[in-house]
Amino acid sequence: MSPKHLLSIDDLGRDWIEEILRLTDSFAEVSARPIPKVPALRGKNIAWLFYEDSTRTRLSFETAAKRLSADTMNFSVSSSSVNKGESLRDTCLTISAMGVDAIVVRHKSAGVPWQIAKWIDASIINAGDGWHQHPTQALLDCYTLTQKFGSLDGRHIAIVGDIKHSRVARSDIAAFTALGAEVTIVAPQTLMPPSLEGWNCKVSHDLDAVLPTVDAVYLLRMQLERQQEALVPSLREYTAGYGLTDERLEHLGANTLIMHPGPMNRGVEISQKAADDPRSAVTQQVANGVSVRMAVLFLLLGNNGSDSHPNAPRPNDQGPNEGIL
Amino acid sequence: MSSVSSVSETTLLRGGTVVDASGSRRADVLVGTDGNIEAVGDGLSGDRVIDAGDCIVSPGFVDLHTHLREPGKEEAETIETGSRGGALGGFTALVAMPNTTPPMDSVGVVRDVIELGKTALTDIIPSAAITIGRAGAELAPMAELAELGVRIFTDDGTGVQDDLLMKRALEYSVGLAPFTGGASVALAQHCEVDSLSAGTFMHEGEWSSRLGIPGQPSEAEDLMVMRDIALSRSTGARVHFQHLSTAGAVALVRAAKAEGLPVTAEATTHHFTLTDAACASFDTVFKVHPPLRSDSDVAAVKAGLLDGTIDAIATDHAPHCAHDKEQPFDAAPPGMIGLETALALALTELELPVEKVVGLMSWQPAKIAGIDDIHGGPIEAGRPANITVFDPNEAWTIVGSSFASKSSNCPYEGHEVRGKVRHTIVAGEAVVIDQEAMR
Amino acid sequence: MAERERKMTRPFGGVFVARTSVMSADDIDRAIWRMSHEIIEHNHGVDNVVVVGLQTGGVPLAERIGEAMVEITGRDVPFGTIDVALHRDDIGIRPVMPEEVTSIPCDLLNKVVVLIDDVLFTGRTIRAALDALTTFGRPRSVQLAVMVDRGHRELPIRPDYVGKNIPTRRDEVVDVTLDGVQLGEMRK
Repeated sequence: MSPKHLLSIDDLGRDWIEEILRLTDSFAEVSARPIPKVPALRGKNIAWLFYEDSTRTRLSFETAAKRLSADTMNFSVSSSSVNKGESLRDTCLTISAMGVDAIVVRHKSAGVPWQIAKWIDASIINAGDGWHQHPTQALLDCYTLTQKFGSLDGRHIAIVGDIKHSRVARSDIAAFTALGAEVTIVAPQTLMPPSLEGWNCKVSHDLDAVLPTVDAVYLLRMQLERQQEALVPSLREYTAGYGLTDERLEHLGANTLIMHPGPMNRGVEISQKAADDPRSAVTQQVANGVSVRMAVLFLLLGNNGSDSHPNAPRPNDQGPNEGIL
Repeated sequence: MSSVSSVSETTLLRGGTVVDASGSRRADVLVGTDGNIEAVGDGLSGDRVIDAGDCIVSPGFVDLHTHLREPGKEEAETIETGSRGGALGGFTALVAMPNTTPPMDSVGVVRDVIELGKTALTDIIPSAAITIGRAGAELAPMAELAELGVRIFTDDGTGVQDDLLMKRALEYSVGLAPFTGGASVALAQHCEVDSLSAGTFMHEGEWSSRLGIPGQPSEAEDLMVMRDIALSRSTGARVHFQHLSTAGAVALVRAAKAEGLPVTAEATTHHFTLTDAACASFDTVFKVHPPLRSDSDVAAVKAGLLDGTIDAIATDHAPHCAHDKEQPFDAAPPGMIGLETALALALTELELPVEKVVGLMSWQPAKIAGIDDIHGGPIEAGRPANITVFDPNEAWTIVGSSFASKSSNCPYEGHEVRGKVRHTIVAGEAVVIDQEAMR
Repeated sequence: MAERERKMTRPFGGVFVARTSVMSADDIDRAIWRMSHEIIEHNHGVDNVVVVGLQTGGVPLAERIGEAMVEITGRDVPFGTIDVALHRDDIGIRPVMPEEVTSIPCDLLNKVVVLIDDVLFTGRTIRAALDALTTFGRPRSVQLAVMVDRGHRELPIRPDYVGKNIPTRRDEVVDVTLDGVQLGEMRK
């Protein structure tokens, strides 16, 4: 059975991650067609429930849904009853009552997608919950890496920056290691999670020592607030220690991939030159995002149904390909 | 302060084992019409006979830490419904926390609570805020409140952050004897240092790191316990530590007691039964202040209960409406209900003889609350009849919605436990008979 | 008779157990050459002809037919494959999943597309294929070649080139390989 929800990378395991990456090839092909649209999710209704601003992730999902012919509706938090004191559960029950097949949710609080999945019947896709998980980002990152390296088995990936507050890091570590890669997280101690018990990765405070050993360096967005919270003395000091500077770029391997979830703070965690370097996969990540999200939407919404469905084909029907060689 | 009761016949509790501070023995207990115990012994008879076979007959339980939500949030709980839950849980006295709306920081509000408590099923013992509005800036009228009967002052829900203000409050509390008829008062502290706990929603550690939920480090509690021990040492004032949750805090209290300082401490049932791992479900029922801590903290709290460092088991019964809890984890209000599960969890989870558990729930908290003349006393003729009868072996399954509390934010849904209250006598009135509230 | 594992989208895969052989490898080979000739004859050569095999059963046949057409005419014949899963009408009714990546070699505007599949049964796969083709441009015409037409059509679709018409029961399974065609059943 296909998974009903996509809440966390941990729910998928290696087999489903690989299945999604395999499917993504098909959807990348659809995206490249003269008319990049298939009727696969005709009549399916997908709601965007974005409690936190997100232009790129929402547009990426929206494009994916439209290429699959799904109907979409946007629950705009700023103009909604959320501002009138409605509880999260009531909001979800309201949307559910309109008949939705999936809700793509982003929320500043960890765990909200899990809560919604308990309350309503639709498929829930986590588009980012607090510092916790961002599974579609991790999947598109895996797809980008496999495009370059084929298998990730034995590859070494450094994730650099604000691990503590990063849902991308949490999902990426789980996904990369599930596919057999080795992950080293690099950050000042203040930007590390308070405990790394159970984390399947190595830890370093020395980016210069790690960089020569990696196949990919994944830079996280460094937010200005972290300086105000006394997590780093200054952004300048952060860049000197943990930024992909022009100098570090010089010493990066010829085949090392530079990745970033966006939006980039050029000059902080990544230099102008590094961002535009041929080894940078940043725009490829964005393009892959649409295909991966098509695969996820199709896996959750298209690949269901069973023999017990009232309109299910008779058991003697030969299936999608009427005779198979 | 005792409940209004109209007792017209004597009640005989027959066939149980009496347990009080002096030990345990087989005896029947005859409750008189005057609200006191008439006789304890064999072969007694009474107008009404209640079976106590296979049961422990003990002094009634005293909860040092109950949120009754009245006035202000009657939708979640009232003094009446909370006291009914308390009676069903074997409590004969509940210390009402002052974080109501308006808060219990003035004679007017405390008097209202006392008045409302008169028709409750259990005794309602008001506490009062240390500072006006629990805002941590100015002292509440402690002498006036003490005169009204308040013996526990607390800003519960928050700790008094300002060191000097806390020192002043403790100093002032030492001189309140003229207003209390000689009794002492205790300042009960909710130990969380705001600068470390603000913006956190669970314990900081392995699970908060994994779940991406901002965590509160143990030091938030340890530092305030450390400060208040120092202040107790210098002022000589009584400090009661509420809901200890960290190994560090337990160790600090142990050392302070060894030093002979006048400090006492309580632990809640959830802090010795649940860990932060429960938050992985993102079920807001597990959100509480102080937060559920790690395995080693739970072990330390248990050890503190075992060796006497911790004097009392409290519930921190904190009812919340379902719709208030149905919010994101960080937005949901903290707290869980506990009156009707405390005994069973203590008997099930603590490796303590039943006499010790009763002490932690009855005469030890009664002493801290300054009500040991009425509650928690020995089961003997002439004493006020505040009695709990429970079967320590009855196995049952916890169902939050089955409780008398108006709210059902119970974190033990489906847990199999043993130990159930059968009858509760408050001031001579059988308010619970055969697990049914009589009113 | 032979048994062989057939990989199909869950829950349709299983072990095919053959009961009757209806075409030999030689029969298949002859049919491929005949159909190739018919396609060339019908289209007066191979100008603008594109051969498209349906994933996955039609692809090896399409490869053979394409090669035969090149051999006969000495001209290049563009070759593509198409996976129709995303265009099926039973998505959501039963598990449907793309098996292979579609590959269409050129814009199909004004081309003659010859769709090639192994078995024509209900016609629903071909309907999906016709739908899928429209996302690659507007062909001048679409023709259909199948190795086996087993009847039981549910849509108004007919083949232009047929290897062999084989009357079947609905509950039978037709198994086509380049080694021959057999009738039998699936065991889970």
